[in-house]
Amino acid sequence: MSKPIITMSNINYAYDNKKVLKDINFEVPRGSFMGLIGPNGGGKTTLIKLIVRLLKPDNGSIQLFGEAIEKYHKWNKIGFVSQKSNSFNKGFPATVFEVVSMGLTAKIGYFKFLTKKHKNKVLHAIDQVGMLDYAYQNIGNLSGGQQQRVFISRALVSDPELLILDEPTVGVDYENVKRFYELLHELNEKRDITLLLVTHDTGTMTEHATDIVCLNQTLHFHGKPEEYTSLSEAELSRFYGHPVNVITHDH
Amino acid sequence: MIADFLEFDFLRHTFFTGLLIGLIAPLLGAFIVVRRLSLIADALSHVTLAGIAFGLFLEKKVLGAIITPFYSGLTFSVIGSIFIEKLRTVYKDYQELAIPIILSGGVGLSVIFISLANGFNTDIFNYLFGSASAISQKDFFTIIVISIIILFSIGLFYKELMTLSFDEEHATVSGIHSKRIHLLFIVLTALVIAASIRIVGVLLVSALMTLPVAASMRLARGFKQMIILSIIFGEAAVITGLISGYYLSMPPGGTIVVVSIIILLLSISVKRFNFKRGELEK
Ligand SMILES: Nc1ncnc2c1ncn2[C@@H]1O[C@H](COP(=O)(O)OP(=O)(O)OP(=O)(O)O)[C@@H](O)[C@H]1O
Ligand SMILES: [Mg+2]
Repeated sequence: MSKPIITMSNINYAYDNKKVLKDINFEVPRGSFMGLIGPNGGGKTTLIKLIVRLLKPDNGSIQLFGEAIEKYHKWNKIGFVSQKSNSFNKGFPATVFEVVSMGLTAKIGYFKFLTKKHKNKVLHAIDQVGMLDYAYQNIGNLSGGQQQRVFISRALVSDPELLILDEPTVGVDYENVKRFYELLHELNEKRDITLLLVTHDTGTMTEHATDIVCLNQTLHFHGKPEEYTSLSEAELSRFYGHPVNVITHDH
Repeated sequence: MIADFLEFDFLRHTFFTGLLIGLIAPLLGAFIVVRRLSLIADALSHVTLAGIAFGLFLEKKVLGAIITPFYSGLTFSVIGSIFIEKLRTVYKDYQELAIPIILSGGVGLSVIFISLANGFNTDIFNYLFGSASAISQKDFFTIIVISIIILFSIGLFYKELMTLSFDEEHATVSGIHSKRIHLLFIVLTALVIAASIRIVGVLLVSALMTLPVAASMRLARGFKQMIILSIIFGEAAVITGLISGYYLSMPPGGTIVVVSIIILLLSISVKRFNFKRGELEK
């Protein structure tokens, strides 16, 4: 067995005095498509921020690609779309092309420039999210859903081995959500990219994910999609702390 | 008209210095504006003033002082910029707080040094509003060196600076050393301000960094295009401003800024015009 891509052991995290994560232990195996779900305020975004080291755990340890996070430095292997990426600086007059090329900045490295090859890569990544017609438009002039697709493209352009997506499809229309999941599926199957996806759209997710984790301060469920969908409503509402309906395609 | 400028040595220095700051001020200004840090330029220019006042004080009171006001201004500006960066990390959630702290500190020190140097004189007036006849050969060479440093640094770190300016969180997560790039950026800003102050003056230096950018922002498609357009506007403002200032015997700071504002107004009306036409076509 190869090492898991992400390992979290005994993670606790509190904002000031408010405990948000308690004793989290879990692994994301290489090649998996992990769906992270849970109620609002359950701590999903916090967990993601710990993994991309925007936050530091109060205690416990995190390993990425088998290395302790403190020593880990190959950040360009990780693509990230944050939940807030649609609250970026709208006044910034960058074209879609420029924004997506920023996904390559760290990978190309200091003292080097964008080559023709990189430019083709950028265009390809823009094409993958179906935004090629807008490549030279200013990002501020696009709709929210279109912007979100550009940010997904920015995460894809560096050929990451691990993609972390925090509610990436909020504001994206049905056609493009479908397309996006197909893309994720393909990345996962054909290119062996490991995925960690936060979403409230459990219906679509259970069709694609290989593992599902349900988080509400602690991990309440960790298993296969089939097991998740076969949970009784009573069990589900226990995870969420209130009654829920399993969301199916209600678009 | 330009002939005069090229004929006299001191004017030639002024003219070429003008060309250089017309290039580097909007270049850095582009990053300052998109990061909404326009006030940092003001804060730093006042710190530079404190340094200049300190240099004037030394010149007057300590015979044979080796540091001229230009160099003490430069030193203060760079130290001030590092200090701003420190304050920004201390007050993480109130980053703009660094600006009034540094700005008032700069003004406070300036007042003290000016009074120690026996109050206001024409020198200080020239530094506040700029002057067309003040560039010594030594200053001129220093400004050339500063410009080369700026162009090289921006060229080398263009993609990092742009990435960081657009989305700091994403830049950090993707592994860019945001802190170092920030520091580089703010020190470069300090250098540009120190270099520009002789001609445009303490009070108006931030205008030269931001007004051309404000004008081009409305017209450009993409960041690179915005930078190029800003530099064109900056140069136009400096050249017209310097020459008209010289013939009207006015401080060039004033004329340069007025020209910049005219360019800004023109860019707003051009945009309007295009917009209206676009609507008619529909
Ligand atoms: N910066 C912060 N300071 C203080 N408390 C915070 C902060 N960010 C989040 N919290 C709190 O931590 C808890 C978990 O928040 P988090 O954003 O991780 O939830 P989430 O599972 O991502 O929710 P959602 O589904 O709404 O995105 C919430 O109760 C929230 O109020
Ligand atoms: Mg969240």
